[in-house]
Amino acid sequence: MVNWFKFSAPSTFYPLAGKLIPVFWALTALLGAIGLYIGFLVAPTDAQQGEGYRIIFIHVPASWMSMFIYCVMAFWSLMGLTFHTRLSGMMTSALAPTGALFAFLSLWTGALWGKPMWGTWWVWDARLTSELILFFLYLGYIALQSAIDDPRRADRAGAVLALVGVVNVPIIYFSVKWWNTLHQGASVSLTQSPSMASTMLWGMLIMALAFWAYTLAVSLMRARVIVLEREANNEWVQQLPEIKGTI
Amino acid sequence: MILLSAFGASLRRDLLLVLRRKTEVLTALFFFVMVTTLLPLGIGPEPDLLRKIAPGAMWIAALLATLLGLQRLFAADYADGTLEQMALSPEPLSILVAGKITAHWLVCGLPLVLLAPVIGLQFDLPADAIGVLMISLLIGTPLLSLIGAIGAALTLGARGSALLVSLLVLPLYVPTLIFGAGAVASYIAGLGATGHLSLLGALLVVAAAFSPWATTAALRISLE
Repeated sequence: MVNWFKFSAPSTFYPLAGKLIPVFWALTALLGAIGLYIGFLVAPTDAQQGEGYRIIFIHVPASWMSMFIYCVMAFWSLMGLTFHTRLSGMMTSALAPTGALFAFLSLWTGALWGKPMWGTWWVWDARLTSELILFFLYLGYIALQSAIDDPRRADRAGAVLALVGVVNVPIIYFSVKWWNTLHQGASVSLTQSPSMASTMLWGMLIMALAFWAYTLAVSLMRARVIVLEREANNEWVQQLPEIKGTI
Repeated sequence: MILLSAFGASLRRDLLLVLRRKTEVLTALFFFVMVTTLLPLGIGPEPDLLRKIAPGAMWIAALLATLLGLQRLFAADYADGTLEQMALSPEPLSILVAGKITAHWLVCGLPLVLLAPVIGLQFDLPADAIGVLMISLLIGTPLLSLIGAIGAALTLGARGSALLVSLLVLPLYVPTLIFGAGAVASYIAGLGATGHLSLLGALLVVAAAFSPWATTAALRISLE
């Protein structure tokens, strides 16, 4: 049985993260190369949508990651509030910018896809609208964190917000969905897409894994910086070889 | 019984404080009236158009008016230390918080419900649609106060908290807005409002159970 709590101490997490970051960067590069190769060269041209559909190899994985990261943030928030582990809050705040980035990417690529396919940049579809609101939730989290000076308080307030948000995400999704059916707004149905060739599905899955590895690499790097910032006065930080030379 | 009297005491205290300083309440009310008056001026006076946008317009105005009052919910008590005394009191803080939220609704939400018919007439809404609008506001405005209280507690003592609270709370208001305005819209369209109102009621029950609890957690973090 591995003692997971061992790595919840910043002093043990810091070197571990340092070793893991190159691994995840390598995975990102490898999986990204394979995924893009499949997406651009192997996957067949879509009968209805032509070449323009290929943006889904970015769009769909980005949307998945934006939702997944919010759930991970909520998980770390729960851990932080129940076990009072310092690292949980650092991990949550390290994940938030990447989540916001993916939410934005998903909206942006969705607009780029929508213009040639449906002739419009934006439709008030349930998925698009709730993705936009998810993006707002990320921004709210980041804004709250940066507005509170005491980092411990910022972490805990952010944790409550993330948990309140994660309860609301499904409610928001369904409310927007019902609102949409009432208004009959979008004439395009995203759900009744033609069945997908298996190479396309593989391409998307591999790209999703590449994004996942990227998220880990970037957020671990960010978490390491946060650890250094907050623990700057501790003995173990000052003993680090990369710090010793600078002081 | 003790819990009830603690709830009552907290409610009475907040209402008394408001009665001593009436302008703050009236400001939010005037804001509501002002926004709903500006909308026709910006969009145009065609009765058909106004009737169509009335539910959404009034709901958005109600949302913004509630936001204005949120800042006041805990700020003064936080500044003069009353909140800390409340947290130290033997009664559970969540009961006292529930009292404060109820007072906030009575002061900021209920007047909007009562004012809605007048604004509805300005938008040329038929009488029965105004009735549905009032019911939807009656169920929905407490929901706005309950959700908003979490945001108000989280931003307590943060920099630029007035703006921040709107950034945190507005995305969470989306379901309330959709079901609230949707009830009136679907009633006008002849679809009946029961479905929307029931969902709004369900949200209210969930929020009433969880919001005082989450607000208390947020307050304790702010008080640390």
